[in-house]
Formats: sequence, C-alpha cells, structure tokens
Amino acid sequence: MGGIAGTKARLVWAVNLAALMLVVLWTIPTFGLLVSSFRDRDQIAASGWWRTPFTAESTGFVRAGTAADQQPEGDLFVISGMVLAPGQTLLAWGTSARAPGAFAPGETVALKDGQALSVAADGHYRLTAPQAFTETRGMRIFLTTTTPPRLTTDNYARVIGAEGLGRAFLNTFTVTIPATVIPILIAAFAAYALAWMQFPGRALLIAAVVGLLVVPLQLALIPLLKLHNDIGLGKGYMGIWLAHTGFGLPLAIYLLRNYMVGLPREIIESARVDGATEFQIFRRIILPLSFPALASFAIFQFLWVWNDLLVATVFLGNSQAQLVMTGVLRELLGSRGGDWEILAASAFVSIAVPLLVFFAMQKYLVRGLLAGSVKGG
Amino acid sequence: MEQLAFATGTIVAGVFACVAWFWGSNWLLDAVFPARGPQAGANILRANMIRPWLFIGPAVGFLAVYLVYPVLNSVWRSLHDAAGHDWVGLENYAWLVRDAKFREAIWNNMLWLAVVPALATLFGLLAAQITDRIRWGNVAKSFIFMPMAISFVGAGVIWKFIYDYRPEGQAQIGLLNAIWTGLGQAPETWLTLPFWNNFFLMAVLIWIQTGFAMVILSAALRGIPEETIEAAILDGANPWQVFFRIKVPQIWGTIAVVWTTITIVVLKVFDIVFVMTNGQWGTQVLANLMYDWMFRGAPDYGRGSAIALVIMALVTPIMVWNIRNARKEMR
Repeated sequence: MGGIAGTKARLVWAVNLAALMLVVLWTIPTFGLLVSSFRDRDQIAASGWWRTPFTAESTGFVRAGTAADQQPEGDLFVISGMVLAPGQTLLAWGTSARAPGAFAPGETVALKDGQALSVAADGHYRLTAPQAFTETRGMRIFLTTTTPPRLTTDNYARVIGAEGLGRAFLNTFTVTIPATVIPILIAAFAAYALAWMQFPGRALLIAAVVGLLVVPLQLALIPLLKLHNDIGLGKGYMGIWLAHTGFGLPLAIYLLRNYMVGLPREIIESARVDGATEFQIFRRIILPLSFPALASFAIFQFLWVWNDLLVATVFLGNSQAQLVMTGVLRELLGSRGGDWEILAASAFVSIAVPLLVFFAMQKYLVRGLLAGSVKGG
Repeated sequence: MEQLAFATGTIVAGVFACVAWFWGSNWLLDAVFPARGPQAGANILRANMIRPWLFIGPAVGFLAVYLVYPVLNSVWRSLHDAAGHDWVGLENYAWLVRDAKFREAIWNNMLWLAVVPALATLFGLLAAQITDRIRWGNVAKSFIFMPMAISFVGAGVIWKFIYDYRPEGQAQIGLLNAIWTGLGQAPETWLTLPFWNNFFLMAVLIWIQTGFAMVILSAALRGIPEETIEAAILDGANPWQVFFRIKVPQIWGTIAVVWTTITIVVLKVFDIVFVMTNGQWGTQVLANLMYDWMFRGAPDYGRGSAIALVIMALVTPIMVWNIRNARKEMR
C-alpha cells in the first residue's frame, strides 16, 4: 500500500509542477510587458525587464558646460556642474569613447593646453584652464554609472496625453459600445423567431446563419466600403457600427437561438394559451431568461470589436482623430519601434479594458464558448 | 466630451429605433389583422404568417447586405480588372497561380494549418487535463485563458519584447535572445530567420488559442461518465492509458470542433503577420497578401478579391461540415 501512496503523492507533485510551468509560460509574455511599461526609458533599453529589481549598470556621456558657463576664479577659468542624475552612482569616468572608464571618481586629469578636469564621486565636475574657454560645444564626459531600480508611471502619463492614446481610447469606446448593443437587440428578436415561431424557410435560414459564421471578413471589406461610399455613408462611426453589427450577427443569432431553444416549452406554450402576444412573450419571458446567453455574446462582441484592427482600419480611416487604439499601436510599432517605453505603456492601456472585462465576466465567456461558438477573427 | 455625447446619443437612438421597429411593426400588424371580429380566425392565421418576418427581418437584411452581398460582389470583382471596369475572365486566378508571392503565402498558410491547430489543441488538452486535477485549477485556467482577451496587435507588441534582438556584446532585452545567449549562442534576429520565423509568428497564435481549446476540452473531459474511468482503473490501467485510451476517444467530437474552429482562425490570420513582419522575410500569408493588393500602393481589387475567394474556398469545407452538424443537432 505504501508504494501506491508514494506514487500518488509524487504524481500530485508532478501535476502541480506541470500546471505551474504552464501558467508561468503563458503569463510571462504579458507580465514582461506590464513590468516594462513601468520602467524608465533608459533602463528598458539597457537591460531586460526581468532585471528590473536589480541595480543596472550603464555607460553613456554627458556634455560639460560651454564657454558661456565659465566663471573666472583667481587666475583660472572654471566650468563646473553636475553629471549625475538623481539616484545614480558613479563607478568610473573618462574623456574619450575609446576609454570611457579610464579614471576613478575624484581623480584629476590633465588635458591639452593646461586644462584639467576632475569628476567627484558625488557627480560634481570641475573643468579648469589658465586662459578663457572658447568652446561653444561642451566637451564630452563619459560615465559608467549604476542606477537603482526605479518604477515610474511617467510612461502612462505620456502616452495618454501626448501620444494621442487618450483620444484613441475614447474613439475605441465610441466604436465598441453601439457595435455591441445594436447586434444584440436585432439578434435576440431573430433568434426568438428561429427558435419558437413556425414559418416556412426556417431551417434554411438557420443553415444560412451557420454558414455565414465562417465567411472571411476580408472578403467583405472592399464591396462594403464601396457600398458605404455610394450611399453617402463614407468612412465614419455610423459605417463601422453597421459593419460590426452585420459581422457580429451570425454568431449572435447562433448563440442566442441555441440557448432559447433550450428554454422550457411549457412556459412559452402556457403564455400563448393565456393570450400573450409573441411580442409580450419575447419581452416578458424570453429576454429575462436568456440573460446568460445575452451576456456571453455581449462579452464576445465587446472583446472582438475592441481588439479589431482590420475593420477599424478600413471603415474608420487613418487620421489621428479617428484612430482606435489598435490602430495607434500599429502606427507606434511602425514609426516608434525603438521607443519601448511608449510601446509598452500604450499596449498595456489598450489591453487593460479587455483584461478587466475578461476577469470580471469570465463565467459568461466560458458559458458562451461552450454553447458552441465557431467564430474566428 | 462632445464625442461621448455623440456616442451616447447613437446608442439611445439605435436602441430606440430597434425597439420602435419591433414594437411598431407588431402593433401595425395587430391593427391591420385584429384578432377579433367576424374574421378573427383568418386574421390570426395571416398575422402569424407575417409576424416571424417582422422579428427576423432586420437580421436578414443585415446578413444579406453585410455578408451575402460582399461574397457575390467579390466573385464579380475577381473576374474583372484592377478598377472593376473590364471583364478579364479567369485572368486574376491565372495570375495567382503564376505569382511567387501567392505561392509563398499559400505554402505558409498550409504550414500554419499543419502546426497551429494541432499544437493549440494538444496544449489545450494537456492544460485541461492538468488543471482539472489540482486545487487551484480555476486560477490556473484563468491565466492560461487570459491571452484570448488580448488583441492580436497587443500580442504583437508583447511578443516583440520576447523576440527582440541586440547585437552581440550588448545586453539582450528580448527574453528569447537572453536565454539563447545564456546558452552560449550568438544572438539571432528571430523574425528574419528564413523558414523558422514562421514558427515564431505561429507561437503567438498558439499562445492565444490554447486557452480556448483548454476551456472547451476541460468541459468535455468533465462530461465523461465516471464509470468508464473507474472500470479502467479497476482493470489496472495506468494514468497514461486512462487518458489516451479511455478519455481521449470519448471526446473526439469535441476535439474535432476545437480543431476546426482554430483552423478557421488560422485561415484568416492577418493581424499577427501584419504587425510583426508585414509579410516580409518569407512570412507572407493569404489574408495579408490580400490586404496588400487591396489597400497598398495602387489597389488591384480584381486580384485582391481573387485572393479573398481563395480563403473563402479553403473555409468552405468547414462551413459545409458545420451546417451538416447543426442540422443533425436539430433533428
């Protein structure tokens, strides 16, 4: 018996460990983005995000003051100032790119023409010369410094204000909310008819809805854009709401019909016998009972519209005032690919709302999936 | 602020218009064919024939305009020249067959088809089996499922931090290169590595889709009758045998559904390639190629539509299969 128990305990351990590994693997990419978005611009570029809690060592240069900054001091001319940013510690310094760490803090080094430079450990430098300085560009002082780990929310402040993400956030909301609400209404009525009303062609319509579930969206873009232009709708919110409504309807009708068909027949029949009209049955009985299905489709549609790039690019246009967040992100990826802090913060702002919705409403999302969703991107 | 008011106004107007249509048309129908008076019976019959179409009318209208019409229109466009003026017959399709970029795209799509659904389903099955057996399974599921809520563009940014490249000697800030150089190798520019870069793009989609597979398969696994498993254990089956011989065969149907759903996603994959490589370095796929022809430089709607129809043709078998399954369920 002991042997079996031992194997079992080991198996439990192995399963827990495997689960932990999966979770870590699947979370690490997002976690890396989250951490990066709070890091300093220089630190992101200098070390991997997993080194955030450690002191980072970096090499760079700052420029000393110019002739305009010099002060006479006895028979010497002096330029002085500070080379370190708050929090930095000086490890070594130098005067040429070839030997950026040649001198220790506190050392004084003789330069050409009787000039001398010293950089103290606290970062104050002092450049002296027997005759007046004439340089209009300060000389370069190379520094090897360590910076303690620092987290900041500056990136977020910057992207929401200056980078136009705040505006895009509003645009995305403006696109998403009506594009979620309108299809639900239309689909709910249709689903009720397909589930509980008898009429010729019903089976055909259901088959058509299932078939339309998989029509590639890409196919629809050009014909619809032309159509919108022809009827004077052009590019704008109205167009994108209508488009998302059309694209979302098959899944909405399919999900809702599947759910409504499962509602108890007796309730509906007895309501009919009592003389309730179809409209009353729908409003008083079906709609309240279908809440879980309505909620799961609402989440699907919300996530899908919020995360969509293609439909927004085509139907909304690409001017700054019209871009949704996925569009802004795409532009940033293209033009500001090197500005990691902006990219990371923007990406996190854009995925924050879907993640919130996801974690808050996961129950309904899962239920919707299990009801047999077959919609892809 | 103005924009918010505008959006709120539309929601209210849209909801009001919908309700007004459904309520108003029903009221009108009852007014025209009142269910009382000498012709009550005939009126009720007539009203009942019309009413379903009032309920379903707007939906049918939307589906016709936004999905059926575009399909037909695309067929027409694919048989015409770039601007849609002159009939060219099958010239666009002939061009496709000759075009090297198209061959590359279709080959890559096949590669995606072979790898992504298989791996996503496999990882999903694995994750489902593992998380169902531990106490913190639901938390674990949440985290594995989470990437589903992230946009493909967002995922592109997230994975940029994984695949980033710095020249040798500098500190690597991409996780993959950090591990790679940690193993004593020279850093690689992963996304330009011929052939293999496709797999690095696929990893992103697998990462997103595994959670979906896991959720569905986990429900299916829990639906397996306990007796079959207990019987197998009593007969001395080890955990592996129970899983592969008893459990998996009982959920083949669900696995097929998951597989085909992911297959559809893969056939339409666009955003990931669009934002991460834009089809450069041998990573072109059909949807992105179509976007190129339709919206880049001088648009050629004929060729773009032809590519779109190829995607449609690839999806059609799955569509037929779906419809047949749905009809079977209805009986």
